[in-house]
Amino acid sequence: MPEPVLRLEGLRKSFGSVVVTDDVTLDVMPGEMLAIIGPNGAGKTTLINQISGLLSPDEGRILFAGADVTALPPEARALRGLARSFQITSILPGFSVLENVALAVQARDGSSFRFVGRAVDEARLNRPAMAALEQTGIADRAQLRAGALSHGEKRALELAIALAMQPILLLLDEPMAGIGREETERQVELLLRLKGAITMVLVEHDMAAVFALADRISVLIRGRVLMTGLPAAVRADPQVVTAYLGEQLE
Amino acid sequence: MTGAALVAADSARIFGARRDVVLPALIFLALALLPLFAALTAERYLLDSATRIMVFAVAAVALDLLVGYCGLISFGHAAFIGLGAYAVGILSAEGIGDALIALPAAIVVSMLFAWITGIVCLRTKGVYFIMITLAFVQMVYFVATSLAQYGGDNGLTIAARNTIGGFAVLKSDRAFYYFTLICLLGTYLLCRALIASRFGRVLRGGRENPTRMALIGFTVRRFQLIAYVIAGGLGGVSGFLLANSTEFVSPAYMSWQQSGELIVMVILGGVGTLDGAIIGSAVYLFAEEWLARAFEDWQVIFGPLLVLVVLFARGGLIGLSTQLWRRVDHA
Repeated sequence: MPEPVLRLEGLRKSFGSVVVTDDVTLDVMPGEMLAIIGPNGAGKTTLINQISGLLSPDEGRILFAGADVTALPPEARALRGLARSFQITSILPGFSVLENVALAVQARDGSSFRFVGRAVDEARLNRPAMAALEQTGIADRAQLRAGALSHGEKRALELAIALAMQPILLLLDEPMAGIGREETERQVELLLRLKGAITMVLVEHDMAAVFALADRISVLIRGRVLMTGLPAAVRADPQVVTAYLGEQLE
Repeated sequence: MTGAALVAADSARIFGARRDVVLPALIFLALALLPLFAALTAERYLLDSATRIMVFAVAAVALDLLVGYCGLISFGHAAFIGLGAYAVGILSAEGIGDALIALPAAIVVSMLFAWITGIVCLRTKGVYFIMITLAFVQMVYFVATSLAQYGGDNGLTIAARNTIGGFAVLKSDRAFYYFTLICLLGTYLLCRALIASRFGRVLRGGRENPTRMALIGFTVRRFQLIAYVIAGGLGGVSGFLLANSTEFVSPAYMSWQQSGELIVMVILGGVGTLDGAIIGSAVYLFAEEWLARAFEDWQVIFGPLLVLVVLFARGGLIGLSTQLWRRVDHA
Protein backbone atom coordinates (compact mmCIF):
# COMPACT_ATOMS: atom_id res chain seq x y z
CA MET A 1 0.00 0.00 0.00
CA PRO A 2 1.54 3.33 -1.04
CA GLU A 3 1.93 6.20 1.40
CA PRO A 4 -0.79 8.85 1.14
CA VAL A 5 0.33 12.22 -0.30
CA LEU A 6 -1.79 14.01 2.23
CA ARG A 7 -3.03 12.75 5.55
CA LEU A 8 -5.25 14.69 7.90
CA GLU A 9 -5.41 13.29 11.41
CA GLY A 10 -8.12 14.39 13.80
CA LEU A 11 -8.16 17.97 12.55
CA ARG A 12 -10.21 20.32 14.69
CA LYS A 13 -10.77 24.05 14.35
CA SER A 14 -13.28 26.38 15.90
CA PHE A 15 -13.98 30.06 15.58
CA GLY A 16 -15.21 31.04 19.03
CA SER A 17 -17.93 28.58 19.93
CA VAL A 18 -18.54 27.52 16.32
CA VAL A 19 -16.81 24.29 15.41
CA VAL A 20 -15.88 24.55 11.72
CA THR A 21 -13.64 21.52 11.43
CA ASP A 22 -14.69 18.65 13.60
CA ASP A 23 -12.32 15.71 13.90
CA VAL A 24 -11.52 15.45 10.20
CA THR A 25 -9.41 12.46 9.22
CA LEU A 26 -8.69 11.95 5.53
CA ASP A 27 -6.14 10.30 3.26
CA VAL A 28 -5.39 11.43 -0.26
CA MET A 29 -3.54 8.81 -2.28
CA PRO A 30 -0.94 9.51 -4.99
CA GLY A 31 -2.49 10.36 -8.35
CA GLU A 32 -5.96 10.46 -6.91
CA MET A 33 -8.53 13.20 -7.25
CA LEU A 34 -10.52 13.56 -4.08
CA ALA A 35 -13.54 15.82 -4.16
CA ILE A 36 -14.87 17.45 -1.03
CA ILE A 37 -18.51 18.38 -1.28
CA GLY A 38 -21.02 19.72 1.16
CA PRO A 39 -23.49 22.53 1.72
CA ASN A 40 -22.40 26.14 2.18
CA GLY A 41 -20.88 26.68 5.59
CA ALA A 42 -19.79 23.05 5.89
CA GLY A 43 -16.21 24.23 6.43
CA LYS A 44 -14.73 23.23 3.09
CA THR A 45 -12.71 26.39 2.52
CA THR A 46 -11.62 26.43 6.17
CA LEU A 47 -10.31 22.91 5.68
CA ILE A 48 -8.42 23.90 2.52
CA ASN A 49 -6.99 26.90 4.37
CA GLN A 50 -5.65 24.61 7.08
CA ILE A 51 -4.08 22.29 4.52
CA SER A 52 -2.39 25.16 2.70
CA GLY A 53 -1.30 26.77 5.95
CA LEU A 54 -3.31 29.99 5.96
CA LEU A 55 -5.05 28.78 9.13
CA SER A 56 -3.63 26.55 11.80
CA PRO A 57 -5.80 23.83 13.30
CA ASP A 58 -6.56 23.82 17.02
CA GLU A 59 -5.89 20.10 17.18
CA GLY A 60 -4.70 17.33 14.93
CA ARG A 61 -1.91 16.84 12.43
CA ILE A 62 -1.37 17.45 8.74
CA LEU A 63 1.08 15.10 7.02
CA PHE A 64 2.20 16.05 3.53
CA ALA A 65 4.57 13.98 1.38
CA GLY A 66 5.58 11.94 4.40
CA ALA A 67 6.37 14.85 6.75
CA ASP A 68 4.41 16.60 9.48
CA VAL A 69 3.74 20.09 8.13
CA THR A 70 1.21 21.19 10.78
CA ALA A 71 3.56 23.85 12.14
CA LEU A 72 4.96 25.01 8.81
CA PRO A 73 3.98 28.36 7.27
CA PRO A 74 2.27 28.39 3.85
CA GLU A 75 5.46 29.34 1.98
CA ALA A 76 7.32 26.30 3.32
CA ARG A 77 4.44 24.02 2.34
CA ALA A 78 4.40 25.60 -1.12
CA LEU A 79 8.09 24.86 -1.60
CA ARG A 80 7.42 21.24 -0.67
CA GLY A 81 5.00 21.01 -3.55
CA LEU A 82 1.63 22.15 -2.28
CA ALA A 83 -0.22 24.47 -4.66
CA ARG A 84 -3.70 25.90 -4.43
CA SER A 85 -6.29 28.00 -6.18
CA PHE A 86 -8.87 30.17 -4.51
CA GLN A 87 -12.61 30.51 -4.63
CA ILE A 88 -11.99 34.17 -5.34
CA THR A 89 -9.01 34.14 -7.68
CA SER A 90 -5.78 35.28 -6.12
CA ILE A 91 -3.36 36.65 -8.70
CA LEU A 92 -1.07 39.68 -9.04
CA PRO A 93 -3.38 42.02 -10.96
CA GLY A 94 -0.76 44.65 -11.75
CA PHE A 95 1.70 42.15 -13.25
CA SER A 96 1.58 40.79 -16.76
CA VAL A 97 0.02 37.36 -17.14
CA LEU A 98 3.42 35.91 -18.00
CA GLU A 99 5.10 37.48 -14.95
CA ASN A 100 2.44 36.02 -12.67
CA VAL A 101 3.50 32.56 -13.76
CA ALA A 102 7.21 33.38 -14.10
CA LEU A 103 7.26 34.33 -10.41
CA ALA A 104 6.01 30.87 -9.53
CA VAL A 105 8.84 29.40 -11.60
CA GLN A 106 11.29 31.82 -9.95
CA ALA A 107 10.25 30.62 -6.49
CA ARG A 108 11.78 27.24 -7.20
CA ASP A 109 14.56 28.17 -9.60
CA GLY A 110 17.68 29.00 -7.63
CA SER A 111 17.87 32.05 -5.42
CA SER A 112 15.63 35.06 -5.64
CA PHE A 113 18.20 37.11 -3.75
CA ARG A 114 19.56 38.30 -7.07
CA PHE A 115 19.85 42.04 -7.23
CA VAL A 116 20.97 42.58 -10.80
CA GLY A 117 19.65 41.54 -14.17
CA ARG A 118 16.16 42.11 -15.46
CA ALA A 119 13.88 39.34 -14.23
CA VAL A 120 11.32 39.94 -17.01
CA ASP A 121 13.91 39.02 -19.64
CA GLU A 122 14.99 35.72 -18.09
CA ALA A 123 14.19 33.00 -20.62
CA ARG A 124 14.75 30.25 -18.09
CA LEU A 125 11.82 31.64 -16.10
CA ASN A 126 9.67 32.71 -19.03
CA ARG A 127 9.89 29.48 -21.00
CA PRO A 128 8.37 27.18 -18.37
CA ALA A 129 5.88 29.94 -17.56
CA MET A 130 4.81 30.09 -21.19
CA ALA A 131 4.44 26.30 -21.24
CA ALA A 132 2.08 26.46 -18.25
CA LEU A 133 0.04 29.18 -19.96
CA GLU A 134 -0.21 27.04 -23.08
CA GLN A 135 -1.38 24.14 -20.96
CA THR A 136 -4.24 26.19 -19.56
CA GLY A 137 -5.04 27.78 -22.91
CA ILE A 138 -4.26 31.45 -22.25
CA ALA A 139 -0.83 31.70 -23.89
CA ASP A 140 -2.15 34.41 -26.22
CA ARG A 141 -2.84 36.60 -23.19
CA ALA A 142 0.75 36.38 -21.86
CA GLN A 143 1.63 40.05 -22.27
CA LEU A 144 -1.61 41.49 -20.93
CA ARG A 145 -2.06 42.92 -17.47
CA ALA A 146 -3.46 40.09 -15.35
CA GLY A 147 -6.09 42.38 -13.85
CA ALA A 148 -7.56 42.93 -17.33
CA LEU A 149 -8.39 39.25 -17.88
CA SER A 150 -11.94 37.93 -17.87
CA HIS A 151 -13.05 35.96 -14.84
CA GLY A 152 -12.61 32.63 -16.59
CA GLU A 153 -9.17 33.61 -17.84
CA LYS A 154 -8.14 34.59 -14.32
CA ARG A 155 -9.12 31.10 -13.21
CA ALA A 156 -6.97 29.66 -15.98
CA LEU A 157 -4.12 31.92 -14.92
CA GLU A 158 -4.38 30.80 -11.32
CA LEU A 159 -4.20 27.22 -12.49
CA ALA A 160 -1.18 28.04 -14.65
CA ILE A 161 0.54 29.54 -11.61
CA ALA A 162 -0.17 26.36 -9.67
CA LEU A 163 1.10 24.15 -12.50
CA ALA A 164 4.29 26.20 -12.84
CA MET A 165 5.03 25.25 -9.23
CA GLN A 166 5.23 21.63 -10.37
CA PRO A 167 3.12 20.63 -7.41
CA ILE A 168 2.80 17.21 -5.81
CA LEU A 169 -0.63 18.17 -4.57
CA LEU A 170 -3.04 20.68 -6.01
CA LEU A 171 -5.85 22.11 -3.88
CA LEU A 172 -8.66 23.52 -5.99
CA ASP A 173 -11.20 25.66 -4.17
CA GLU A 174 -14.30 25.90 -6.36
CA PRO A 175 -12.53 26.26 -9.70
CA MET A 176 -15.85 26.36 -11.56
CA ALA A 177 -17.47 29.05 -9.41
CA GLY A 178 -18.71 32.02 -11.39
CA ILE A 179 -17.61 30.91 -14.84
CA GLY A 180 -19.84 30.07 -17.79
CA ARG A 181 -20.90 26.65 -19.00
CA GLU A 182 -18.47 26.61 -21.87
CA GLU A 183 -15.55 27.60 -19.69
CA THR A 184 -16.58 25.03 -17.10
CA GLU A 185 -16.45 22.34 -19.75
CA ARG A 186 -13.00 23.48 -20.80
CA GLN A 187 -11.85 23.53 -17.19
CA VAL A 188 -13.18 19.98 -16.61
CA GLU A 189 -11.40 18.82 -19.75
CA LEU A 190 -8.16 20.40 -18.60
CA LEU A 191 -8.41 18.86 -15.14
CA LEU A 192 -9.15 15.47 -16.69
CA ARG A 193 -5.93 15.79 -18.65
CA LEU A 194 -3.95 16.66 -15.51
CA LYS A 195 -5.61 13.91 -13.51
CA GLY A 196 -3.26 11.13 -12.52
CA ALA A 197 -0.15 13.22 -13.06
CA ILE A 198 -0.95 15.49 -10.13
CA THR A 199 -2.76 14.51 -6.97
CA MET A 200 -5.70 16.83 -6.47
CA VAL A 201 -8.20 17.84 -3.84
CA LEU A 202 -11.23 19.49 -5.37
CA VAL A 203 -13.83 21.51 -3.53
CA GLU A 204 -16.75 22.13 -5.85
CA HIS A 205 -20.48 22.77 -5.94
CA ASP A 206 -20.94 21.85 -9.58
CA MET A 207 -21.99 18.22 -9.15
CA ALA A 208 -21.69 17.40 -12.84
CA ALA A 209 -18.04 18.41 -12.68
CA VAL A 210 -17.47 16.55 -9.41
CA PHE A 211 -18.90 13.30 -10.72
CA ALA A 212 -16.98 13.68 -13.98
CA LEU A 213 -13.68 14.20 -12.20
CA ALA A 214 -13.51 12.65 -8.75
CA ASP A 215 -12.05 9.25 -7.94
CA ARG A 216 -13.41 9.47 -4.43
CA ILE A 217 -15.72 11.91 -2.72
CA SER A 218 -15.82 13.10 0.87
CA VAL A 219 -18.99 14.69 2.12
CA LEU A 220 -18.49 17.41 4.70
CA ILE A 221 -21.43 18.52 6.84
CA ARG A 222 -21.01 21.07 9.62
CA GLY A 223 -17.29 20.45 9.77
CA ARG A 224 -17.60 16.68 9.98
CA VAL A 225 -16.83 14.07 7.36
CA LEU A 226 -20.17 12.38 6.88
CA MET A 227 -18.73 9.78 4.53
CA THR A 228 -15.90 9.14 2.09
CA GLY A 229 -16.32 6.77 -0.80
CA LEU A 230 -16.52 6.09 -4.49
CA PRO A 231 -18.80 8.45 -6.44
CA ALA A 232 -21.41 5.78 -7.02
CA ALA A 233 -21.57 4.97 -3.31
CA VAL A 234 -21.86 8.60 -2.35
CA ARG A 235 -24.60 9.24 -4.88
CA ALA A 236 -26.59 6.31 -3.54
CA ASP A 237 -26.16 7.03 0.15
CA PRO A 238 -29.53 8.07 1.62
CA GLN A 239 -27.87 10.16 4.36
CA VAL A 240 -25.90 12.17 1.81
CA VAL A 241 -28.94 12.62 -0.38
CA THR A 242 -30.99 14.06 2.49
CA ALA A 243 -28.19 16.23 3.80
CA TYR A 244 -26.90 17.67 0.57
CA LEU A 245 -27.25 15.95 -2.75
CA GLY A 246 -31.06 16.00 -2.78
CA GLU A 247 -31.19 19.72 -3.36
CA GLN A 248 -28.16 19.70 -5.69
CA LEU A 249 -29.34 17.00 -8.08
CA GLU A 250 -32.89 18.24 -8.50
CA MET B 1 -10.22 41.62 -25.82
CA THR B 2 -10.75 43.56 -29.02
CA GLY B 3 -8.04 44.53 -31.47
CA ALA B 4 -8.36 48.19 -30.55
CA ALA B 5 -7.82 47.43 -26.88
CA LEU B 6 -4.75 45.36 -27.73
CA VAL B 7 -3.33 48.24 -29.73
CA ALA B 8 -4.05 50.58 -26.84
CA ALA B 9 -2.28 48.24 -24.40
CA ASP B 10 0.62 48.06 -26.81
CA SER B 11 0.98 51.80 -27.21
CA ALA B 12 0.78 52.17 -23.41
CA ARG B 13 3.75 49.83 -23.15
CA ILE B 14 5.81 51.69 -25.74
CA PHE B 15 4.82 54.95 -24.15
CA GLY B 16 5.73 53.57 -20.72
CA ALA B 17 9.15 52.46 -21.91
CA ARG B 18 9.85 55.85 -23.41
CA ARG B 19 8.74 57.69 -20.33
CA ASP B 20 10.99 55.51 -18.18
CA VAL B 21 14.02 56.73 -20.07
CA VAL B 22 13.05 60.23 -21.10
CA LEU B 23 11.92 61.66 -17.80
CA PRO B 24 14.88 60.56 -15.65
CA ALA B 25 17.28 61.57 -18.43
CA LEU B 26 15.73 65.04 -18.46
CA ILE B 27 15.88 65.33 -14.68
CA PHE B 28 19.53 64.37 -14.46
CA LEU B 29 20.51 66.43 -17.47
CA ALA B 30 18.87 69.48 -15.92
CA LEU B 31 20.63 68.81 -12.63
CA ALA B 32 23.97 68.40 -14.40
CA LEU B 33 23.59 71.68 -16.27
CA LEU B 34 22.19 73.68 -13.38
CA PRO B 35 25.56 74.90 -12.00
CA LEU B 36 26.37 76.46 -15.40
CA PHE B 37 23.11 78.31 -15.32
CA ALA B 38 23.73 79.28 -11.71
CA ALA B 39 27.12 80.65 -12.71
CA LEU B 40 25.52 82.83 -15.38
CA THR B 41 23.03 84.31 -12.99
CA ALA B 42 25.74 84.41 -10.34
CA GLU B 43 23.32 82.99 -7.88
CA ARG B 44 25.06 80.81 -5.36
CA TYR B 45 21.75 80.53 -3.67
CA LEU B 46 20.39 78.40 -6.51
CA LEU B 47 23.25 75.95 -6.11
CA ASP B 48 22.60 75.68 -2.37
CA SER B 49 18.90 75.00 -2.87
CA ALA B 50 19.53 72.42 -5.55
CA THR B 51 22.11 70.65 -3.38
CA ARG B 52 19.62 70.53 -0.54
CA ILE B 53 16.96 69.14 -2.87
CA MET B 54 19.27 66.38 -4.06
CA VAL B 55 20.35 65.50 -0.51
CA PHE B 56 16.75 64.89 0.48
CA ALA B 57 15.98 63.26 -2.86
CA VAL B 58 18.49 60.52 -2.02
CA ALA B 59 16.48 59.68 1.10
CA ALA B 60 13.15 60.13 -0.69
CA VAL B 61 14.09 57.78 -3.54
CA ALA B 62 15.15 55.18 -0.96
CA LEU B 63 11.89 55.71 0.91
CA ASP B 64 9.96 55.22 -2.33
CA LEU B 65 11.62 51.83 -2.64
CA LEU B 66 9.83 50.93 0.60
CA VAL B 67 6.57 52.83 0.17
CA GLY B 68 6.08 52.39 -3.55
CA TYR B 69 7.45 48.94 -4.18
CA CYS B 70 7.13 47.09 -0.87
CA GLY B 71 4.00 48.81 0.41
CA LEU B 72 5.86 49.61 3.63
CA ILE B 73 4.90 53.07 4.82
CA SER B 74 7.89 53.83 6.99
CA PHE B 75 7.46 56.83 9.21
CA GLY B 76 10.95 56.41 10.53
CA HIS B 77 13.09 57.15 7.54
CA ALA B 78 14.53 60.32 9.04
CA ALA B 79 16.27 58.12 11.61
CA PHE B 80 18.70 57.03 8.92
CA ILE B 81 19.36 60.61 7.82
CA GLY B 82 20.07 61.45 11.44
CA LEU B 83 22.31 58.46 12.01
CA GLY B 84 24.30 59.22 8.85
CA ALA B 85 24.64 62.86 9.83
CA TYR B 86 25.68 62.03 13.38
CA ALA B 87 28.25 59.55 12.09
CA VAL B 88 29.85 62.48 10.25
CA GLY B 89 29.44 64.85 13.20
CA ILE B 90 30.78 62.53 15.88
CA LEU B 91 33.72 61.37 13.77
CA SER B 92 34.56 64.96 12.96
CA ALA B 93 34.38 65.93 16.63
CA GLU B 94 36.83 63.11 17.33
CA GLY B 95 39.16 64.47 14.70
CA ILE B 96 38.29 62.12 11.82
CA GLY B 97 37.15 64.25 8.94
CA ASP B 98 37.66 62.05 5.92
CA ALA B 99 34.82 60.81 3.76
CA LEU B 100 36.59 57.51 3.16
CA ILE B 101 35.85 56.71 6.80
CA ALA B 102 32.78 58.87 7.44
CA LEU B 103 30.72 57.72 4.44
CA PRO B 104 31.13 53.98 5.06
CA ALA B 105 30.50 54.64 8.76
CA ALA B 106 27.30 56.53 7.97
CA ILE B 107 26.12 53.69 5.71
CA VAL B 108 27.07 50.86 8.06
CA VAL B 109 25.51 52.45 11.14
CA SER B 110 22.28 53.13 9.25
CA MET B 111 22.13 49.64 7.79
CA LEU B 112 22.80 48.06 11.15
CA PHE B 113 20.06 50.12 12.75
CA ALA B 114 17.73 49.25 9.86
CA TRP B 115 18.50 45.57 10.23
CA ILE B 116 17.88 45.45 13.99
CA THR B 117 14.74 47.60 13.95
CA GLY B 118 13.56 46.06 10.67
CA ILE B 119 13.35 42.62 12.23
CA VAL B 120 10.96 44.05 14.80
CA CYS B 121 9.04 46.43 12.51
CA LEU B 122 8.41 43.86 9.79
CA ARG B 123 6.59 41.63 12.25
CA THR B 124 3.81 44.21 12.08
CA LYS B 125 1.63 45.44 9.25
CA GLY B 126 -0.27 48.54 8.17
CA VAL B 127 -0.86 51.15 10.83
CA TYR B 128 1.20 49.21 13.35
CA PHE B 129 4.18 49.32 11.01
CA ILE B 130 3.80 53.10 10.72
CA MET B 131 3.58 53.45 14.51
CA ILE B 132 6.54 51.25 15.32
CA THR B 133 8.81 52.96 12.78
CA LEU B 134 7.67 56.25 14.29
CA ALA B 135 8.56 54.95 17.74
CA PHE B 136 12.07 54.03 16.61
CA VAL B 137 12.73 57.42 15.01
CA GLN B 138 11.59 59.11 18.22
CA MET B 139 13.90 56.87 20.18
CA VAL B 140 16.93 57.90 18.09
CA TYR B 141 15.83 61.52 18.32
CA PHE B 142 15.86 61.47 22.12
CA VAL B 143 19.15 59.63 22.22
CA ALA B 144 20.63 62.39 20.04
CA THR B 145 19.25 65.17 22.26
CA SER B 146 20.84 63.50 25.25
CA LEU B 147 24.32 63.31 23.72
CA ALA B 148 25.64 66.19 25.82
CA GLN B 149 29.23 65.83 24.66
CA TYR B 150 28.04 66.11 21.04
CA GLY B 151 25.88 69.16 21.44
CA GLY B 152 22.72 67.60 22.86
CA ASP B 153 19.64 69.64 21.96
CA ASN B 154 21.68 72.32 20.26
CA GLY B 155 23.35 70.09 17.75
CA LEU B 156 26.91 69.99 16.68
CA THR B 157 28.87 72.21 14.34
CA ILE B 158 31.30 70.44 12.04
CA ALA B 159 34.69 72.10 11.76
CA ALA B 160 35.06 71.51 8.04
CA ARG B 161 33.56 69.53 5.22
CA ASN B 162 34.90 65.97 4.90
CA THR B 163 38.03 65.52 2.86
CA ILE B 164 38.39 62.64 0.43
CA GLY B 165 41.61 60.73 1.01
CA GLY B 166 43.05 63.83 2.68
CA PHE B 167 42.19 66.19 -0.16
CA ALA B 168 39.66 68.95 0.37
CA VAL B 169 37.93 68.26 -2.94
CA LEU B 170 34.45 68.89 -1.56
CA LYS B 171 35.34 72.33 -0.28
CA SER B 172 33.99 74.14 -3.31
CA ASP B 173 30.21 74.24 -3.39
CA ARG B 174 30.17 73.28 -7.02
CA ALA B 175 32.30 70.19 -6.38
CA PHE B 176 30.04 69.25 -3.52
CA TYR B 177 27.05 69.78 -5.78
CA TYR B 178 28.39 67.30 -8.31
CA PHE B 179 29.38 64.86 -5.59
CA THR B 180 25.78 64.96 -4.34
CA LEU B 181 24.49 64.57 -7.88
CA ILE B 182 26.60 61.44 -8.33
CA CYS B 183 25.23 60.05 -5.07
CA LEU B 184 21.68 60.75 -6.23
CA LEU B 185 22.30 59.19 -9.65
CA GLY B 186 23.87 56.16 -8.00
CA THR B 187 20.92 55.83 -5.62
CA TYR B 188 18.45 56.12 -8.44
CA LEU B 189 20.19 53.60 -10.70
CA LEU B 190 20.69 51.18 -7.81
CA CYS B 191 17.01 51.30 -6.89
CA ARG B 192 15.93 50.88 -10.49
CA ALA B 193 18.16 47.87 -10.96
CA LEU B 194 16.85 46.38 -7.72
CA ILE B 195 13.26 46.80 -8.75
CA ALA B 196 13.76 45.11 -12.10
CA SER B 197 15.74 42.21 -10.62
CA ARG B 198 14.42 38.91 -9.33
CA PHE B 199 14.69 40.35 -5.84
CA GLY B 200 12.65 43.40 -6.79
CA ARG B 201 10.00 41.32 -8.49
CA VAL B 202 9.42 39.50 -5.22
CA LEU B 203 9.08 42.85 -3.44
CA ARG B 204 6.57 44.10 -6.00
CA GLY B 205 4.66 40.85 -5.86
CA GLY B 206 4.49 41.07 -2.09
CA ARG B 207 2.93 44.48 -2.35
CA GLU B 208 0.35 43.31 -4.89
CA ASN B 209 -0.77 40.15 -3.16
CA PRO B 210 1.12 38.81 -0.13
CA THR B 211 -1.09 35.74 0.18
CA ARG B 212 -0.42 34.65 -3.38
CA MET B 213 3.30 35.21 -2.88
CA ALA B 214 3.31 33.05 0.26
CA LEU B 215 1.41 30.32 -1.54
CA ILE B 216 3.93 30.12 -4.36
CA GLY B 217 6.66 29.81 -1.77
CA PHE B 218 8.09 33.25 -1.02
CA THR B 219 8.78 34.45 2.52
CA VAL B 220 8.27 38.05 1.45
CA ARG B 221 9.29 39.43 4.83
CA ARG B 222 12.90 38.27 4.33
CA PHE B 223 13.04 40.21 1.06
CA GLN B 224 11.44 43.23 2.68
CA LEU B 225 14.03 43.20 5.46
CA ILE B 226 16.83 43.39 2.91
CA ALA B 227 15.04 46.22 1.10
CA TYR B 228 14.63 47.97 4.44
CA VAL B 229 18.34 47.64 5.17
CA ILE B 230 19.27 48.94 1.70
CA ALA B 231 16.88 51.89 2.03
CA GLY B 232 18.34 52.55 5.48
CA GLY B 233 21.87 52.60 4.10
CA LEU B 234 20.82 55.07 1.42
CA GLY B 235 19.19 57.18 4.13
CA GLY B 236 22.61 57.16 5.78
CA VAL B 237 24.15 58.47 2.57
CA SER B 238 21.60 61.27 2.61
CA GLY B 239 22.55 62.06 6.21
CA PHE B 240 26.24 62.08 5.31
CA LEU B 241 25.49 64.60 2.55
CA LEU B 242 23.24 66.71 4.76
CA ALA B 243 25.85 67.00 7.50
CA ASN B 244 28.48 67.99 4.97
CA SER B 245 26.32 70.47 3.11
CA THR B 246 25.18 72.33 6.23
CA GLU B 247 28.37 71.61 8.21
CA PHE B 248 26.07 71.15 11.12
CA VAL B 249 24.30 68.22 12.76
CA SER B 250 21.11 68.49 14.75
CA PRO B 251 18.59 66.16 16.38
CA ALA B 252 15.99 67.92 14.22
CA TYR B 253 17.27 65.89 11.26
CA MET B 254 15.59 62.87 12.75
CA SER B 255 12.45 64.42 14.11
CA TRP B 256 9.24 62.65 13.18
CA GLN B 257 8.28 65.78 11.24
CA GLN B 258 11.26 65.17 9.00
CA SER B 259 10.03 61.62 8.40
CA GLY B 260 6.64 63.02 7.51
CA GLU B 261 8.16 65.49 5.08
CA LEU B 262 9.94 62.66 3.30
CA ILE B 263 6.64 60.82 2.90
CA VAL B 264 5.04 63.99 1.57
CA MET B 265 7.85 64.31 -1.00
CA VAL B 266 7.27 60.75 -2.17
CA ILE B 267 3.50 61.13 -2.38
CA LEU B 268 3.70 64.54 -4.00
CA GLY B 269 5.97 63.27 -6.75
CA GLY B 270 4.15 59.99 -7.24
CA VAL B 271 4.47 56.79 -5.23
CA GLY B 272 6.29 53.93 -6.89
CA THR B 273 8.07 55.86 -9.63
CA LEU B 274 11.50 56.74 -8.09
CA ASP B 275 11.90 59.78 -10.34
CA GLY B 276 8.73 61.10 -8.73
CA ALA B 277 10.56 61.16 -5.41
CA ILE B 278 13.17 63.50 -6.92
CA ILE B 279 10.51 65.78 -8.34
CA GLY B 280 8.59 65.62 -5.08
CA SER B 281 11.66 66.70 -3.10
CA ALA B 282 12.28 69.56 -5.49
CA VAL B 283 8.71 70.83 -5.41
CA TYR B 284 8.39 70.41 -1.67
CA LEU B 285 11.63 72.16 -0.75
CA PHE B 286 11.07 74.84 -3.35
CA ALA B 287 7.58 75.49 -2.05
CA GLU B 288 8.88 75.52 1.50
CA GLU B 289 11.43 78.21 0.64
CA TRP B 290 9.32 80.40 -1.56
CA LEU B 291 6.05 80.09 0.25
CA ALA B 292 7.84 80.56 3.55
CA ARG B 293 9.33 83.76 2.22
CA ALA B 294 5.97 85.12 1.16
CA PHE B 295 3.85 83.85 4.03
CA GLU B 296 4.90 83.14 7.53
CA ASP B 297 2.37 80.33 7.85
CA TRP B 298 3.19 78.79 4.50
CA GLN B 299 1.80 75.42 5.54
CA VAL B 300 -1.68 76.97 5.42
CA ILE B 301 -1.20 77.30 1.67
CA PHE B 302 0.84 74.16 1.14
CA GLY B 303 -1.48 71.85 3.09
CA PRO B 304 -4.51 72.39 0.84
CA LEU B 305 -2.28 72.15 -2.24
CA LEU B 306 -1.12 68.76 -1.07
CA VAL B 307 -4.68 67.66 -0.48
CA LEU B 308 -5.54 68.72 -4.03
CA VAL B 309 -2.65 66.71 -5.44
CA VAL B 310 -3.68 63.61 -3.52
CA LEU B 311 -7.33 64.01 -4.48
CA PHE B 312 -7.02 64.96 -8.13
CA ALA B 313 -3.65 63.76 -9.30
CA ARG B 314 -3.57 60.06 -8.59
CA GLY B 315 0.03 59.06 -8.82
CA GLY B 316 1.24 62.51 -7.79
CA LEU B 317 2.85 65.01 -10.11
CA ILE B 318 4.36 62.20 -12.18
CA GLY B 319 0.91 60.68 -12.61
CA LEU B 320 -0.41 64.07 -13.66
CA SER B 321 2.38 64.56 -16.18
CA THR B 322 1.85 61.04 -17.54
CA GLN B 323 -1.83 61.78 -18.11
CA LEU B 324 -0.98 65.03 -19.85
CA TRP B 325 1.68 63.37 -21.99
CA ARG B 326 -0.76 60.68 -22.99
CA ARG B 327 -3.26 63.32 -24.02
CA VAL B 328 -0.62 65.07 -26.12
CA ASP B 329 0.50 61.73 -27.52
CA HIS B 330 -2.98 60.86 -28.69
CA ALA B 331 -3.79 64.29 -30.08
